[in-house]
Amino acid sequence: MQHQDKEKDRDKDRDEKKLEVKQFRQVSRRELLKLTPLLALGAFAVPKWQDKLLKKGLGFSDWASALLFRSGHLSTTFADTELTPLARFPFNSYDVDDPGVNLESWTLTVSGAVQKPGNYTLAQIQALPPYVQNTRHVCVEGWDVIGRFGGARLSDFLRLIGADPTAKFITVNCADDYYESLDMPTAMHPQTLLCCEMYDQPLMREHGAPLRLTIPTKIGYKQAKYLTELKVTHVLDKVGYWEDQGYSWFYGL
Amino acid sequence: MSAAVEIIRKRGKDEEPEIVARAVYEHPFIVRLCHWINTVALFVMIGSGLQIFRAFPSFGAKIPEKDLLHWPKQFALGGWLGGGLQWHLTFMWIYMGTGLLYIGYQLFSGNYRQVLFVPRDINGVWPMVKHYFLFGPKPPVREAYNPLQKHAYTTVLVLGVLSVATGLVVWKPIQFSWLGWFMGGFHYARIWHFAIMWAILLFVLGHLVMVILHGWNNFVSMVTGWKKDPEY
Repeated sequence: MQHQDKEKDRDKDRDEKKLEVKQFRQVSRRELLKLTPLLALGAFAVPKWQDKLLKKGLGFSDWASALLFRSGHLSTTFADTELTPLARFPFNSYDVDDPGVNLESWTLTVSGAVQKPGNYTLAQIQALPPYVQNTRHVCVEGWDVIGRFGGARLSDFLRLIGADPTAKFITVNCADDYYESLDMPTAMHPQTLLCCEMYDQPLMREHGAPLRLTIPTKIGYKQAKYLTELKVTHVLDKVGYWEDQGYSWFYGL
Repeated sequence: MSAAVEIIRKRGKDEEPEIVARAVYEHPFIVRLCHWINTVALFVMIGSGLQIFRAFPSFGAKIPEKDLLHWPKQFALGGWLGGGLQWHLTFMWIYMGTGLLYIGYQLFSGNYRQVLFVPRDINGVWPMVKHYFLFGPKPPVREAYNPLQKHAYTTVLVLGVLSVATGLVVWKPIQFSWLGWFMGGFHYARIWHFAIMWAILLFVLGHLVMVILHGWNNFVSMVTGWKKDPEY
């Protein structure tokens, strides 16, 4: 220790530069000015720019989300014992709990970049290979529940209608005027379902009867209920109800 | 280590200049830049994070719907859940960016040696604790950071990394399911994320108290890099 101290003292005598008071002030000022890039953060405090900057940031997050999404990576599935009981399965509706869909005459209207546009009945969708999965439903609010969802794979339905595989988006419209859109990789994910059953029963009215989307790799508000129209498209003209209020578009989990 | 200078004032022609003060260059530019950007980013993350928490002030499933904490709107950033998410998902990139730049710079420049807590610092922690909290004698100051400071700054860096890791699991529980496994699953990730925020806030509180106790020169060193009249 002592030896080190002596060495330190020697170094001090030999190496320490001498600066005049004025020079030291100049050096300090120069170092202070180097921090001016910090002021750029102030742009977030300018009301005129704030919204644009935050939208850019959200867009960047969506871009990163799309990169992080892995088509072959499945959402965790759960045992029947881990299910949230149906009676306690919460639901958020944006307008009404029941938009009064006539289940008898209901069809799904398909349009856009498809070979076979037109009206599809529930029976046609139910004729596709059925899948049932116990997956987690995550709400943007922060809660989550585990539910049992059954239906046809959206990817199978897209093949049935002859969807253009190079199209980038799927948009849906709903009986309660809700609307949503999906990226094609998520639409083709094996766990993305056109859901017509919950807990082995036909879809209840408050959960979106007769047909809803179940997308365990997406946040809840992407999983539209009361589907009436489905469009395959290269250009996204309608994004989504909550996205238009300021939520993220991709929001992959 | 860092450069040191003597600040002098010239007197008469034949006289030796008067030594006014000594100063050492403690904090390199990148460290200072990251410190201040991260200060802003941290508070934006906490404010917007509490806004997000307000939407469901609990953990786990929605049932039973029991609110843990009614966080006042005045201390939440973004106005509503969507706004809070916009701030959070924008500033997380700034928060992570400055964190990566800081860690990269420390490793690359070798500057980490003055601040990283290593096993040989362990013996020095207790005397510092005794000095600060139990009126013990002041241990001699030999470097820019004493062992307790190294411990605090290393710990908060680890907390910062954990805040990002837990945040990634809350944001993307499926893509980062492997990371979530270490935390005990999705529900625990949200709890950890919340707990880590309070731990970081606790550090900030202690940090601010120490900055006030150590005075102006110490504060200026994080602005200009230079500390006048260091104790070593």
